[in-house]
Amino acid sequence: MLTVEDVVTTYGAVRALDGVSMTVEPSTITAVLGANGAGKTTLLRTVNGLVRPRAGRISYEGRDLLRTHVDEVVRMGIAHVPEGRGVITELTVDENLRLGALWRRNRTELQQSLAEMYELFPPLAERRNKPADTLSGGERQMLAIARALMSRPRLLLLDEPSLGLAPRITAQIMGTLRRLRDEQSLTVVLVEQNARSALSVSDQAIVLNLGRVVVSGPAVELAADEKLRHAYLGF
Amino acid sequence: MFRFLNLTLNGLTNGMIYAAVALALVMIWRATRIVNFAQGGMLMFTTFIAWDLAQVHHANYWVALVVAVVAGILIGGVAERVLVRPVENGPPLNAVIVTLGLLIFLQALAGMIWGNSQAHSYPPAFRFIGYKVGDRTLRFSPNDLFIVLSVLVVVIALYVLFQRTSLGLQMRATAFNPEVAGLLGVRVGRLLTLGWALAAGLGALVGVLVAGTSSGYVTPVGPFDALLIYGFTAAVIGGLDSPGGAVVGGVVLGLILSYADSYISNFIQTMYALVVLIAVLMIRPKGIFSRTSERRV
Amino acid sequence: MADELESPAGALIAPTSASSTDRFGVLSRSTLLRHTLAALVGFGVLWLLITSFSDYRNSSWIAPIAFTVCAAAGLTVLVGLSGQISLGHGAFMLVGAYTLALVQEHWTTSHGNLAMIGLLAAAAAGAALFGALVGVAAARLRGPYLAGATLALALGLPTLPSYEKLSGKLGGNAGLFVSSPNPPNGMDLYRWQSVICCASAVVVLWVLANVSRSRVGRSFRAVRDDEIAASLCGLSVPRVQVLAFVLSAAGAGVAGGLLAMIDLTAGPQAFPLSLSFGLLAAVVFGGLGSLAGAIYGSILITLLPLWSQDITDALSVHSHKVSSNMPLMVYGIVLTVAMLAVPNGIQGLLRSLRLTLAPGRRR
Repeated sequence: MLTVEDVVTTYGAVRALDGVSMTVEPSTITAVLGANGAGKTTLLRTVNGLVRPRAGRISYEGRDLLRTHVDEVVRMGIAHVPEGRGVITELTVDENLRLGALWRRNRTELQQSLAEMYELFPPLAERRNKPADTLSGGERQMLAIARALMSRPRLLLLDEPSLGLAPRITAQIMGTLRRLRDEQSLTVVLVEQNARSALSVSDQAIVLNLGRVVVSGPAVELAADEKLRHAYLGF
Repeated sequence: MFRFLNLTLNGLTNGMIYAAVALALVMIWRATRIVNFAQGGMLMFTTFIAWDLAQVHHANYWVALVVAVVAGILIGGVAERVLVRPVENGPPLNAVIVTLGLLIFLQALAGMIWGNSQAHSYPPAFRFIGYKVGDRTLRFSPNDLFIVLSVLVVVIALYVLFQRTSLGLQMRATAFNPEVAGLLGVRVGRLLTLGWALAAGLGALVGVLVAGTSSGYVTPVGPFDALLIYGFTAAVIGGLDSPGGAVVGGVVLGLILSYADSYISNFIQTMYALVVLIAVLMIRPKGIFSRTSERRV
Repeated sequence: MADELESPAGALIAPTSASSTDRFGVLSRSTLLRHTLAALVGFGVLWLLITSFSDYRNSSWIAPIAFTVCAAAGLTVLVGLSGQISLGHGAFMLVGAYTLALVQEHWTTSHGNLAMIGLLAAAAAGAALFGALVGVAAARLRGPYLAGATLALALGLPTLPSYEKLSGKLGGNAGLFVSSPNPPNGMDLYRWQSVICCASAVVVLWVLANVSRSRVGRSFRAVRDDEIAASLCGLSVPRVQVLAFVLSAAGAGVAGGLLAMIDLTAGPQAFPLSLSFGLLAAVVFGGLGSLAGAIYGSILITLLPLWSQDITDALSVHSHKVSSNMPLMVYGIVLTVAMLAVPNGIQGLLRSLRLTLAPGRRR
């Protein structure tokens, strides 16, 4: 579904991504793991066109993503939940959700998606007309994911959804991701520092270190590899 | 008592005008965090265009009004694209100086085209003569009613635009968080231009309304500078960030100026605005109606 | 002299070149001495100019440029060094002019030159006092809020003399009479006015140059660059900001006093909004924060109105409408273009030119 080949992305003299390749299969969850500064966020930003790579190819369902503008990427069915959640706190929950479906013109579909999101994330339904700054951290993360889902994406790019959340909330969110994969065949690329919880829901995983892929393979195998866990994953 | 009633009505009419200017400033402030000091100059210029049509070429009042508003929209959009875009993310000082430069430029251009020496009168939309209550005449004429209603209609239309439409939602999202809005597929640049264009169009309407009041006239410098200050003061009363606050601020300022004018002296109008401005800024630097905190960096 | 007063704080560390350190020893070590010498030389040059120029040149070039420099130098220190904006510096000039007129009317008995120095000092003090008042308010305001408030001030203050309760004391719209200075034997009035204006400008520049190279000037820059960092260094940010306003207003006060002395009146019409805009255009044109830039800018905004008729005639546009609006149009263009294309003004251009021509020199 998504193929990344030998991508090199630089910030000035720093090579944030140094020849990264990965393949994401449809309706799977792929975890991108690694320490701070490994290049995980840069990988996501390169995929959706916020950062242009120096070299390499990225294609999505056979289409070249490198020639596509950010808002076009959204239209192609790729949604991005940025780190730190990117919820617009001054707007209400409902308005945030509506922003997620900007390019969809059909009103009834819009209402239907809204209803689905409120069903999927009940805490949001209770606060639908409250400004988003009244939400807790976990609720904001739910809102950010729900907003991304509003565009009916087929590929969801999630950047550190567990950041600053209580383990129970993290588990809830991971559970929701699994449900979306199983019920709606959603494909997810999940960037995480919290390797343990990410691996618990993932099918595949890659581990980045200093801009290079050090390991990739089925999540179960990575989770079982004790040496790898100690060296890169910290559990 | 009758005098007080008259002053209140007069203050209300003027207040609606200040409210509209304030609203234009607030729209731009919300979108780009810039106070548009050129607002007075832009609406002066479009009013001159309307005046030229109505008085020199004898066009219909409404045609002139529409042309002025369209001209305003164009000037606003072009100004944002050409002048403001490069300084939008720079130090606030640069933006202030650029908008001031545009103000001065427009004043000079208007002076070159239409001259500074004359105060041109502008035809009112409706009668100047006030409504009669018994045998006394109110200081509130059909023309004043027209002013109040037009501004009200525009305020309501803008409210609907911002709160009830997808375009308005996108504009608000852009104002609050351009980066996230862009990530969601909002065309941020276009919306900023649109914000400026709408604000300038609103300003153009105000210009024609003001010029058509009994005390109004069109010159390159003078009354429109004061109008900018009144609008700014009204916007600051409302907190610069709040459209509703701007409207309330405009009416409050209109009333204060009207009473002070009559009970203290009518020579120092701008001083009252200055006093109100300083007082508000000292007591509530973020404005009286402002809820949102300062923008995070 | 003022050339070294660039705004970037880095310039403070190595203001003079290595070679001149060797050549001038003491001079490069003592800023005060260098500035004083430059002031004396500058005044000497001006004296030669004044005595060789005609009355017309003196009255319409030298004197107006010199008093504009006083105001523009103050403004450039305020905006360029302390980072606060004033769109209404004409208001401080107005206060200076009225202070001079009132002091002269009520307290002076002689018309000697000592009295005149006292009057100008009073004008500076009056404006400085008013500047302190405005500064206290300004210290709580930022960017556009301050800009709007000072604009309101410049628009509102000139209406005050018309206020019924004050018009008796302030002479209403016509203003107050100011008596002319007495030229010494053998010198005519215009030359003498030019001498006074130039001397004042040199003194103002000398004071501001020294202040901005001192601890005070550094604190201005610190506050401008980062208020939080400055306050963490133990600076009282509001105090620094008020001080900048006081200094700046004092310069404008001197300018206003000189203007009143030349016009023989202190009246509201002499201080329209366009005066304040012109001052801002002057400092932006010259380069914000540069005293030398304030001089170029003052020359521009003084000569422009004089030449605009010739310029329009040369373009064969024989229209009074066009020529009378020419200066204003140039101010507008200067302000926008400078901010978009040449943010450091003429002084910045000169500096980069010098760096290109003599790459070996340290800044």
